Amino acid sequence: MTSLTSDEPLIIHMSDKETFEIELRGMSKKFGGLYANRDATLSVKKGEIHALVGENGAGKTTLMKLLYGMYRPDGGEMLLRSKQVRFDSPAGAIAARIGMVHQHFMLVKTLTVAENVVLGQEIVKAGIFLDSSLAEAETALLIKKFNLALDPKALAANLSVGEQQRLEILKILYRKADILILDEPTAVLTPQETAGLFAILKSLRDEGKTIVLITHKLKEVISISDSVTVMRQGRTVGSVKTAGTSESQLAQLMVGRPVVFEVGKKPLPAGELETRPAVLEISGLKARSTKGHYALDGFELVVKKGEIFGIAGVEGNGQSELIEIITGLKKPQAGTMKLNGELLGLANASPRLLFDKGVAHIPEDRHKRGLVLDYSVADNLVLGRHREKTFSRPALINFDAINDFAGKMTTAFNIQPQRFELPARSLSGGNQQKVVVAREFSRQPKLLIASQPTRGVDVGAIEFIHKKIIEARDAGCAVLLLSAELSEIMSLSDRIGVIYRGRVAGIFSSGEATEEQLGLLMMSGAEKRLKA
Amino acid sequence: MADKHFRFFLIQIGAVLLSILAAFAVGAALMLLIKVNPLEVYWKLFEGVLLNPYGIAQTIFKATPLIMTGLAIALGFKAGIFNIGAEGQMIVGGFFCAYAGFSLHGLPPALHIVICAAAAFAGGLAWAAIPAVLRVKTGAHEVITTIMMNFIALALTNYFITYYFHLPETVHTQLIAPAAGLARMDSFVHAFRGSPANMAFFIALALSACVWWALWKTPYGYETRAVGLSPFAAETAGINIKKNLLFTFLLSGGLSGLAAMNFIMGYKHYFEEGFSQGSGFMGIAVALVGQNHPIGIILAAFLFGALSHGTLVINALVPKDIIQILQALVIIFVISSNLAVRKFYSAVDSTPKAGQAKVKDQDGK
Repeated sequence: MTSLTSDEPLIIHMSDKETFEIELRGMSKKFGGLYANRDATLSVKKGEIHALVGENGAGKTTLMKLLYGMYRPDGGEMLLRSKQVRFDSPAGAIAARIGMVHQHFMLVKTLTVAENVVLGQEIVKAGIFLDSSLAEAETALLIKKFNLALDPKALAANLSVGEQQRLEILKILYRKADILILDEPTAVLTPQETAGLFAILKSLRDEGKTIVLITHKLKEVISISDSVTVMRQGRTVGSVKTAGTSESQLAQLMVGRPVVFEVGKKPLPAGELETRPAVLEISGLKARSTKGHYALDGFELVVKKGEIFGIAGVEGNGQSELIEIITGLKKPQAGTMKLNGELLGLANASPRLLFDKGVAHIPEDRHKRGLVLDYSVADNLVLGRHREKTFSRPALINFDAINDFAGKMTTAFNIQPQRFELPARSLSGGNQQKVVVAREFSRQPKLLIASQPTRGVDVGAIEFIHKKIIEARDAGCAVLLLSAELSEIMSLSDRIGVIYRGRVAGIFSSGEATEEQLGLLMMSGAEKRLKA
Repeated sequence: MADKHFRFFLIQIGAVLLSILAAFAVGAALMLLIKVNPLEVYWKLFEGVLLNPYGIAQTIFKATPLIMTGLAIALGFKAGIFNIGAEGQMIVGGFFCAYAGFSLHGLPPALHIVICAAAAFAGGLAWAAIPAVLRVKTGAHEVITTIMMNFIALALTNYFITYYFHLPETVHTQLIAPAAGLARMDSFVHAFRGSPANMAFFIALALSACVWWALWKTPYGYETRAVGLSPFAAETAGINIKKNLLFTFLLSGGLSGLAAMNFIMGYKHYFEEGFSQGSGFMGIAVALVGQNHPIGIILAAFLFGALSHGTLVINALVPKDIIQILQALVIIFVISSNLAVRKFYSAVDSTPKAGQAKVKDQDGK
């Protein structure tokens, strides 16, 4: 084991004779004035699964996009199979047999699996006509060869998330890639789907494919990769064989200091929860999704004062609709909702009404719903609260009061840089999220809806946001937590409900449920949904 | 940071000025093609518009309605509304204004002026109300509906004038009461003699100040800009988007209606077909070139007003279409430069700040 005390990058040198499939040397990439990559180095051997880990914003995706020709480097050299290369576009990278599965899938939903696969390289007959049957046959062959379990004729729109991902991999394989880059492939998968994906990746490796896996989940790194490269603030800070490392060593490399994985949370006294008053009571909730089916179908939920109720579930099982109804953004078809015992006329409940009743909301998508990106941090910190007498009279906004408040908030929530006159757009993801969190917590809410509160946020900010959520809970706020990270739900929640097809499939007390149990409940839904 | 904002401000102005220069350069090339000396044309333009009081007064006169329609359109833009219907709103506003002017008699001037202005405002507002309600209730896109409303406004006012309101032997209405007329500038600035430039110009300036105040100093403006920049975030924060859109749309219509004052209360004192001279459409260009800011709008209105008057000045040298080409070129260059400036700004904006070694998140989040 190499010492961790030195500041030098931790590289376990492989022998010089070894040849690499991919060698990136001294890669730099600037966006505006900021380095997304600075002198980053990566060496990947043929036929290995190489994990590229780091916090959000460490530059992993940027580095891979440089390799894939999506960005042009500002410095450094790239060697592919020992030959220097330079791609001006992904087309060049694809020709060099590199494929990339992006975090956000790039599928045409109205086309079939086979059509998506051949898109851009269509097989034509008689010069202009698409040869669907040949496309389907070729696709079927690949599906069988790599055991991808897809129906070539199925519409992409009807695929589950896991299937869509396999389709993305299939597209790459069709283009004869032997280097596969996967960007956070497990972010949207259940534990079981993740296991399935890893089995496929291992078999691809055994076929001789080289795989680069971008992730920030260290458990996965240990379980699947052959070697690991760690990035921090745009630089590569270490490259090791997976067999010779541990989660805690990697975490320390990622963050640059020892990391506490535990959140300091006092458990609720046993049996005490029943005696507490309910803050949010929902029953018989039915709501249609934008696609027309019932996304919520008889949903029931009680959240008590001073508890964190976590909702686990595969995306698209009614979570978004639930949040939208509780925050007044959407009208349900049926059902009732009580807030602190008061029955709300859901048909008339506007975001304003619920806002005034003390419902705070950390939206899932901070760029879309949480912030006006072109407004200053100060203006964002009072968004919604700008109506309060402190901040405005009918004809005049009190900018002095807003700036005063913003000054206090940027300090209290350590929003960096501490310049509230900057547009929110110019802050990092973690600091943008802190702006949202600061605003919502400053209202001393009675009910907090926290949806993906730490998505795309660095480890330091995650710790901070978790701490704040627990503080709010300890102060008596009822918290409804929704997160795609099962570990986040499990570590924060006092109770956990699994949502599946618009209903609560089961409720567990904290510590009662294992990841496998929750995953099964979440997934049993996913399986049934496919048959339906 | 203030200096950086100031720098950006300068860059923005510089970009607009460069765009205008570029437009004139391309215009010069076109003139060379038709074997006319561009320097001669531009000198004549400059001399005829800016070097004599009458030219200046005419520019003021032409700029006045453009300031108002420019403000109307910019206000809409800020809330995310593309009000192409300023022309129709101005026509209906003009009709209301003239009607209030000639049907009432014996009122004190101040009162009658206020009534006529209110009528112009109400006419524009009423005409905007239809597309505004359609947008808010049904989501019908205002670009389509307002364009259609323009045609209807034109046809309908023509019908009313032709069948009911025209003065015998003419194609216009009777004159508004003298009490409703706005004083002309040449009644106290002698050098402006002959030009119909009038008090409406000062009303336009006052409106610019009001719009600036409303957008940047009031809770209404804070909400409106939030709705325009990020409707989902505004909705989530409990801002009533529909109410805001409706209100802003109506206000925009009212401002367009007011633009009719310049001609009807300040110049001819009657309504006739075509009095608006396309000010409603030109207002779109004014708002774009003026970067949706009241001060920019005033300057842009002056530019387009000057060019518009310039048509007459250079008519002897080149076909007057060359001015229209120049106007179009200015618009094209300014719009193209907007994107370039924004790109440049985002680059400037993300330069590392002192004491901050944070790497910008480019992971597509």
